Amino acid sequence: MLNKTFNKIYDTDIGYSFFNSKIAMISSAVLFIIFLCSIFAGVVSPYNPFDPASVSLMDAFTPPSWSEGGSPSFILGTDQQGRDMFSTIIYGSRISLIVGFASILFAMILGVFLGVTAGYIGGRYEIIVMRVTDVQLTIPSILMALLVNGIAKSVISQSMHSEMAIYVLIFAIGISEWPQFARVSRASTLVEKNKEYVSASRIIGLSNVLIMFKHILPNILRPLLVIATIGLALAIITESTLSFLGVGVPPTTPSLGTLIRFGNSFLFSGEWWITFFPAIFLIVLALSINLLGDWMRDALNPKLKIR
Amino acid sequence: MIVVAFVSFSLFNFVGDPVNSMTGIDASYERQAEVREILGLNDPVYIQFSRFLGNVVQGDFGISYQLKREVSDLIAERMPATLELVFVSALLAIVIGVILGVYTGIHRDSFVSNVILVVSLAGVSLPTFIIGIMLIYLFSVILGVLPSFGRGEVVQLGFWATGFLTVSGLKALILPSVTLSLFQMTYVIRLVRAEMMEILQTDYIKFARARGIKKNAINYKHALKNGLIPVITITGINIGTLIAFSIITETVFQWPGMGLLFINAVYFVDIPIMSAYMIMVAFIFVMINFIVDITYYFIDPRIRLKEEAS
Amino acid sequence: MDERRLKSKIKNKMSLLKVKNLNISYPTRKETIVASKDVEFTLERGEILGIVGESGSGKSTIANAIINLIDPPGEITSGSIKIDNDELRDNEELIQEIRGKKIGFVFQDPQTSLNPLFKIKDQLIETIQTHLNLDYQDALKKSIQLLEEVGIDNAEKRIEDYPHQFSGGMRQRVVIALAISCEPDLIIADEPTTALDVSIQHQILELLKDLTKKRNLGVMIITHDMGVIAETTDKVIVMRHGLIVEQGDTKELLTNPKSNEARSLVISVPPTNKKIDRFKLISPDGKEITSDSKNLTKDIIKTWGARENTNQKLLELSGVTKIFDDKSLVSNFSFGSKNETAAKVVKAVDNVSFELFEGETLGLVGESGSGKSTIAKIITGLVRPTNGEIFYNNLSLYNSKRKYQIDKSRGQVQMIFQDPYSSLNPRFKVRDIISEPIRLFQKNISSSELTKNLYDLIDIVGMSRQSLDRYPHEFSGGQRQRISIARALATRPRLLICDEPTSALDVSIQAQVLNLLKDIQDELHLAMLFISHDLPVIRQMCNRIVVLKNGIVCETKESEELFNNPEHPYTQELIRLMPKIESII
Repeated sequence: MLNKTFNKIYDTDIGYSFFNSKIAMISSAVLFIIFLCSIFAGVVSPYNPFDPASVSLMDAFTPPSWSEGGSPSFILGTDQQGRDMFSTIIYGSRISLIVGFASILFAMILGVFLGVTAGYIGGRYEIIVMRVTDVQLTIPSILMALLVNGIAKSVISQSMHSEMAIYVLIFAIGISEWPQFARVSRASTLVEKNKEYVSASRIIGLSNVLIMFKHILPNILRPLLVIATIGLALAIITESTLSFLGVGVPPTTPSLGTLIRFGNSFLFSGEWWITFFPAIFLIVLALSINLLGDWMRDALNPKLKIR
Repeated sequence: MIVVAFVSFSLFNFVGDPVNSMTGIDASYERQAEVREILGLNDPVYIQFSRFLGNVVQGDFGISYQLKREVSDLIAERMPATLELVFVSALLAIVIGVILGVYTGIHRDSFVSNVILVVSLAGVSLPTFIIGIMLIYLFSVILGVLPSFGRGEVVQLGFWATGFLTVSGLKALILPSVTLSLFQMTYVIRLVRAEMMEILQTDYIKFARARGIKKNAINYKHALKNGLIPVITITGINIGTLIAFSIITETVFQWPGMGLLFINAVYFVDIPIMSAYMIMVAFIFVMINFIVDITYYFIDPRIRLKEEAS
Repeated sequence: MDERRLKSKIKNKMSLLKVKNLNISYPTRKETIVASKDVEFTLERGEILGIVGESGSGKSTIANAIINLIDPPGEITSGSIKIDNDELRDNEELIQEIRGKKIGFVFQDPQTSLNPLFKIKDQLIETIQTHLNLDYQDALKKSIQLLEEVGIDNAEKRIEDYPHQFSGGMRQRVVIALAISCEPDLIIADEPTTALDVSIQHQILELLKDLTKKRNLGVMIITHDMGVIAETTDKVIVMRHGLIVEQGDTKELLTNPKSNEARSLVISVPPTNKKIDRFKLISPDGKEITSDSKNLTKDIIKTWGARENTNQKLLELSGVTKIFDDKSLVSNFSFGSKNETAAKVVKAVDNVSFELFEGETLGLVGESGSGKSTIAKIITGLVRPTNGEIFYNNLSLYNSKRKYQIDKSRGQVQMIFQDPYSSLNPRFKVRDIISEPIRLFQKNISSSELTKNLYDLIDIVGMSRQSLDRYPHEFSGGQRQRISIARALATRPRLLICDEPTSALDVSIQAQVLNLLKDIQDELHLAMLFISHDLPVIRQMCNRIVVLKNGIVCETKESEELFNNPEHPYTQELIRLMPKIESII
């Protein structure tokens, strides 16, 4: 039975493209592993680095296990507080992934809704939505996220900061990414709107809402998927940049960006591993997502002829 | 623009208590009332807003809470640094980006193209700050040939302090501008490549080939001209993005520009600087958009002469 | 002196183009598609050769192969292509030289053939200077001459224009000018007039015939239109599935087609000079199909209940006008440029009135821009009229606020569209596509009743019941149109609007679909509004005809009377200019 499903997938254009692209397969494998590790962080990582009880300053600054002075109980060494690097990275990536996914999901829902309705309904509504989109598109996402973050911070009282920080961050990054989704959804909706199956549905009196979300939406998913993937990579990078700058997630639940910031101060004094490993991990994560997104873009593009 | 101004203004007024920040929490009640009077905070909102606008137009952004100096001075001081950095990075990103983009678009499957593409992918996946750190580590720490922070010596031309005219200034410019431009460069490469590939499959290119036009002419004359149009739009957004990313680069390299100023302002919730920065940046964006629109108009005849006899 | 004379003598004896054993295939990952197999033919100077066949027959591929411009991954696997006895295959250098200089190519779509960013002048001069040794001034002079030769007035001024400033027909002339610019001996035209209106088509074809004579060219025209073949070509090749099934003198072949395919093609063409009851078809084994009305709808009439057949007036349009104004903001950038850019105001429909009775077929005929599609959209509520009244069953379809009252016509007005590829939602299964309207109007229908309806409908349109569980992309164009018809019938309409339903289909498939429509109309006593630009088809399908030009009604008449006695000059011109296959028989 499994064989049959496999064959069915392999037969489709996308399936074929996937199984013939080493890059796509490797990236997805890597991503899959990372996902699993993050979800089951408690099980996978040898220690819980954020449990003060399990951390001891005595273990601080232990280099990775293969270099001099290293110890097998801390494979990648420890940081300045004695936390095991491997564990912090796993927990850190979990945060990075959560923020990344949540913000892109938020951006996608908001953007697609606005884009599809704008494209379909048209008129002044469309003009307003597109103006806002255009204006916001000229503002780079980092800046947007910084601004929203900054404003939110000054609005929320000091004590609530840590608690709300993650939500604020998700909101901020989401707000900075929605215009892309809106623009692409609207363009695709405009194309679909002129197709005759939409006219046919309108003639029998199908409600506009149904037409938009039952008929048009399934047909515009392809480019959206590509943008979502690449947007995910961007969201993760934005989050880590913000955390690196100190205005991202609170230090109590560090993401990969925060970890890099921690380690930055020690880079030149010799304890390179504190920054290095989180950085490598972040790069691998972003790279895999981008590669997958790239492959997807080529595989789903009807205009590029099959080679 | 008005929207941005309003947002800045509301920040200014309603967020936190400016008086507190300025005079310190311990100041006496009378002192606070005095300051409030001087700042005109007791006037109704619309008067305050118009005053704010009036001030802005004259270049007066108020006084920084934290640094106790005129914000406009601070900005004037820092602006040249950022602008020079952004300018060089933009140049790098666009020139190299277009060249490589065209090359990989035309020679789709060559080995060199694939190498360029892989490297460009790295550019998109590596956050700017990591690139910065890596470059510093490589060139400053290990090789020791380039400075890891600061601007080097600057020469004062009127109010503009430029680093272009000194060797150390130029040296200091290299790492930060490469860091800053890398992200944009890869974006430009991929965009130009995608455009070129799509154009090379159009009917008019096919028709040109059917007429026997030589390959080089087709690639570099016909295809290129059409392919450059989206690049122009992108350039506008480019400069905007560069200004934003300069915040990061300036942080990593301790480059004394507006970005560093802004980040510190966010950290210390220094509202005047934040609002001033927002207004400046918004202004630059609007200008750039306008220039892009005008350029578009001159380059694409379809927009210019929209007389269509159907 | 002698050698040259000898050479030219030899030249005159050998064919201009000689194709032998040409095999072209497209290797895809699943299989290798054979685009052409053992194709062989010749073409002489002063001769016009037509290659005709239905879509997928390989005719375009052959044309592209001659100048080696087949889209990858297609490739020529074997065979020989000779121009004046010079072998072209595997001789990339020679091909590069010949392209444009000895062989001129004309593509189908004038909209996309020209580079939008370059002036016509530049594109012409560039082509000329690539092959001929002329300096700029001479090249410019020649370009202007060429434009005049292809019939563009005011050539000296218009040469400075950009492609988008020309209309479709003019653009195609420019394309032809480019094709002949370097004095080629052979012109290959791939569906050169398919995208153009009938009157313009006529002009372009005359131009080609003219040039052939004047310059002693060899011309190869690829088309699917038998009328064009009849009126323009000397020799014709009929292709099917990559093979040449018949070739020979045009007159011979059309009067006496021997192969099944050729017979099928010839017989399916709607006659232009008389009205017949049904379109003729040839079955694959060569016999003529004379099927009678198959009593298709017996079942569904049982399900729906019989309907009274009155002959009352069903639809009335009175003084309907539609004005589109283009609120484009580009006019803001005029800056006093030399060309005025007022907001474009288009009067698509201008004071149109007509009536439609139950059981009859009314035809709306006109060229592009005549407003016929807009009228259909107004009747179905997709576009609001600016002025005028539309009555269905004596009830006004638009209220005082110009809002479409869909309840007045609930499901009784249905439409089938032109493009079979975009009229069905690719993500829906066929059963969902057809059941959607049923479920909309009968909200509580049981699933067994629904299935019965679906079976009835799919049987009516002549498709298998298994098709219900498939997706649209698994079907051909003709089959998709049948699905559209099933969908349209699902709400038991009284008025069926057919907007160019067969314009995108091959001629034999068109015959089948049109026969189906005729049968359904007969049995269900449907009123039909048939829209087309194809005069012969309109003649066969309609009882009465409305002729439209630029949104204005030119003439309304019974079809036979219209064709035998047209009054309006526009109608007369249309009838005169339509390509007739009978012209040669």
